[in-house]
Amino acid sequence: MTYIIQGETGDWEVVIGLEVHAQVSSKAKLFSGASAGFGGDPNTHVSLVDAAMPGMLPVINEYCVEQAVKTGLGIEAEINLHSVFERKNYFYADLPQGYQISQFQYPVVGEGTVTLDMVDGSQRHIGIERLHMEQDAGKSMHDQDPKRSFIDLNRAGVCLMEIVSKPDIRSPEEAGEFVRKLRSILRYLGTCDGNMEEGSMRADVNVSVRKVGSDELKTRTETKNVNSLRFIMQVIEVEAGRQVEVWESGGEVVQETRLFDVARNETRAMRSKEFAHDYRYFPDPDLLPLKLSEEYVAMIKASLPELPDQKKERFIREFGLSVYDAGVLVQERETAAYFEEAATGRDGKQAANWVTTNLFGALNKLGLSITESPVSAANLGKLLDLQADDTISGRIAKDVFEIMLDTGDDPERIVEEKGLKQITDTGAIEAAVDEAIASNPEQAQQVRDGNGKAIGWFVGQIMKATQGKANPGAVNQMLRDKLSSE
Amino acid sequence: MAALNELTIAEAGRKLDAGEISAQELTQDCLDAMAAARDMNAFVTETPEIALERAAASDARRASGDTVGPMDGIPVALKDLYCTEGVLTTASSHILDGFIPEYESTVSANLRDDGAIMLGKTNMDEFAMGSATVTSYYGPTKNPWTLDDGKDRVPGGSSGGSATAVAAHLGLAATGTDTGGSIRQPASFSGIVGMKPTYGRCSRWGLVAYASSLDQAGPMTKSVEDAAIMLQSMAGHDPKDTTSAPIDLPDFRAALTGDVRGLKVGIPKEYVIDGMPEEIGALWKQGAEMFRDAGAEIVDISLPHTSYALPTYYIISPAEASSNLARYDGVRFGLRVDGDSLDEMYANTRAEGFGTEVRRRIMIGTYVLSAGYYDAYYVKAQKVRTRIAQDFDAAFNDVDVILTPTAPSPAFAVGEKMDDPIAMYLNDVFTVPASLAGLPGVSVPAGLSAEGLPLGLQVIGRAFDEETMFRAAHVLERQAAFTAKPAGMRG
Repeated sequence: MTYIIQGETGDWEVVIGLEVHAQVSSKAKLFSGASAGFGGDPNTHVSLVDAAMPGMLPVINEYCVEQAVKTGLGIEAEINLHSVFERKNYFYADLPQGYQISQFQYPVVGEGTVTLDMVDGSQRHIGIERLHMEQDAGKSMHDQDPKRSFIDLNRAGVCLMEIVSKPDIRSPEEAGEFVRKLRSILRYLGTCDGNMEEGSMRADVNVSVRKVGSDELKTRTETKNVNSLRFIMQVIEVEAGRQVEVWESGGEVVQETRLFDVARNETRAMRSKEFAHDYRYFPDPDLLPLKLSEEYVAMIKASLPELPDQKKERFIREFGLSVYDAGVLVQERETAAYFEEAATGRDGKQAANWVTTNLFGALNKLGLSITESPVSAANLGKLLDLQADDTISGRIAKDVFEIMLDTGDDPERIVEEKGLKQITDTGAIEAAVDEAIASNPEQAQQVRDGNGKAIGWFVGQIMKATQGKANPGAVNQMLRDKLSSE
Repeated sequence: MAALNELTIAEAGRKLDAGEISAQELTQDCLDAMAAARDMNAFVTETPEIALERAAASDARRASGDTVGPMDGIPVALKDLYCTEGVLTTASSHILDGFIPEYESTVSANLRDDGAIMLGKTNMDEFAMGSATVTSYYGPTKNPWTLDDGKDRVPGGSSGGSATAVAAHLGLAATGTDTGGSIRQPASFSGIVGMKPTYGRCSRWGLVAYASSLDQAGPMTKSVEDAAIMLQSMAGHDPKDTTSAPIDLPDFRAALTGDVRGLKVGIPKEYVIDGMPEEIGALWKQGAEMFRDAGAEIVDISLPHTSYALPTYYIISPAEASSNLARYDGVRFGLRVDGDSLDEMYANTRAEGFGTEVRRRIMIGTYVLSAGYYDAYYVKAQKVRTRIAQDFDAAFNDVDVILTPTAPSPAFAVGEKMDDPIAMYLNDVFTVPASLAGLPGVSVPAGLSAEGLPLGLQVIGRAFDEETMFRAAHVLERQAAFTAKPAGMRG
């Protein structure tokens, strides 16, 4: 699955690192008691600390620390028992303190790994460089008034985790898969809702290119604040393409910060004034270093839920699923839970087929999420049972499923009320078979002459005659018996 | 009978308890003294209505037997670095024009809750940056101590307004803040007691920040006993300040046993500096003798990194200040001077809003934190700071307290050293080391210069051992028997 850009001077590969900013799901901000909730009228979630009034001091929100540690453990990373909050100093109207409290030299989480299952069945291990906690800034609105800008501090001080990958990603697809996987882990852990539309997750995309076979790291650019999976992949494509062109035309890629222009599908350099900062990091003297004990970390580790990779392994083991199906089913915790409820005590593969093809297809059409599914997991399970014990045929099952989508009804009731039970009474089947043979002597002869296909034709006729209720296996057997014994 | 404003906290407390005086009478005398002394410019804001209202409330509590403690009914002045709910708070800076906080600092709230009466907000060096109370946007404060040369003396700084308020009996006591000596040095210049607690003893919540790792609130009083009484009210753990220590308070007043027999008093040899007036050295020797006379043991000690303390301080404190003062940007409160762009508005506001000394320290601080200089300055300074703290740790293996001069000179005339920041910075040479180490220190008036200006001696204690420090300072105060008064106040 190598992603290659064919240039005029040869083949290029792309080297990608992502810095994902994930908002911690917490009721309160990182250093103040103000609400961290999304929305709200401008400047209604602002404490004296967030507004940086004189003499105000930050106090760490321990819940946020716990979420960061949890996340670190979820990405199999080293937890640093000693970490330090530092001040990143710069002036902007939506940064009331004149500095952002962040972690710089000593982040709370060190190196880790995220494992990706690619569509072709291969696995990729993407290294994590670090995870640190930091405050979000407020929001500047420049489009409300011709002359003035307005500031909304509701977001100011909300806790973000910045998760920095190593430059291990080699294609737009891998980048997309990385973010998808990371999002999945965060949502399993409950540490971030992963909602990119509301800005709970966004990424800075670092891209460089190099000739295939080279292991040099050439100059990279950083495209800031990309807020959807699709855009992240687009940014990589257009930025890598641009860089190849620059190098091949004898130019030099400049290390710079860029922005993604969605409308034009291109990246452009930010004006140098927008980022030319010497941030003057230094340890925040208002906050003591963050010290965690081994016991504290062990306690959090013990409380971790089953994560997607573990769940996937278990699904493969317990339900006999393929790696791919298991991977698809565990991506969202809700889907995995749905599947597990429907599949437990039943044929796992069949349950997986139903969920990934029929259910996903239907929900997709209806624009519903799994939690909004009109067909409950319990009812899907019952439908599988009806099929398994030959109460209904596979074809009828599909019809019942359609009704369930419409009404949300219990499949047993649907089958009962609509009289869809499979005919297993041999007498009734025999009558239908005899009738079919008698009415179609030509085809019957073909079967006797050894034309296997004609048997299928008979089965279809009989199923039609019984409105699909005859057990196709029984029909088949009976046809063979009758047409060979004569 | 002397005017009530000349009483100490302890004396006034006894009279209030005995029903001889009321808090309202006591407060009125202070307000009258303040009105008569406006030329000293000790206050940026006077709050007579609040004072009289709280005095009446205190008297009512006393009448119904609900007095809340030894500060109940005691009129005090607050340095204008303490945010006070509903009362203009300026840090003596133009940039905080019109800033009226909606909140009360923890320390002033503690005092208020213990019944202390706020008289007003005292003048100071702008943002506590200075040693003479001459950098205030509201003009210099005068020291009540004068000589016959007709020149006004500075009260020291940065808590100079508070020092003058206490020395001139405008209040019974005042709060100060001390970052590198801003309580102790003005106390020495003004003939009063000024005490800086251990870093972490008092909450910094609601104090306009100068250098966060050094700033501490403390009492400025007429006696060591008063300092102990007042600190008891001011101090205590505050969950809103994570650098405040979660340690129970001892009974500071009970520590004043008057007995220092067997106490080991260290005399650090490095505190003899070039150019120090002989009379300061002589007073220091006398102080040691006073301790010996009282039964203490004098021990020569060494604090080898002392000479690096001042340069270390003048890297760390401006570094923190440059960041702490970034919030004064004209966006949300205080002064705004418009410009054609956001950057221009920042530049205009900060250029006009900050005085020369504040701008100088912001620039020094910005410089030492800059890429390429950070390791050489800030990181190095932090290492030296650790060494300085280790010096004290080692010394305190051998001694219980350390005795030093408080300042290298008596109060100088207003206008002197103004154009020589280095000479001004030298004022803090004896107070800065204990600040860097986070240790408690108290200046006690111990004598007069040859010309007749007060001189203080500093007692430094172990971290969170204010009790031993107070006990020693109390004995030093008794032995020194400093009774001199400023010229204008001699009966």
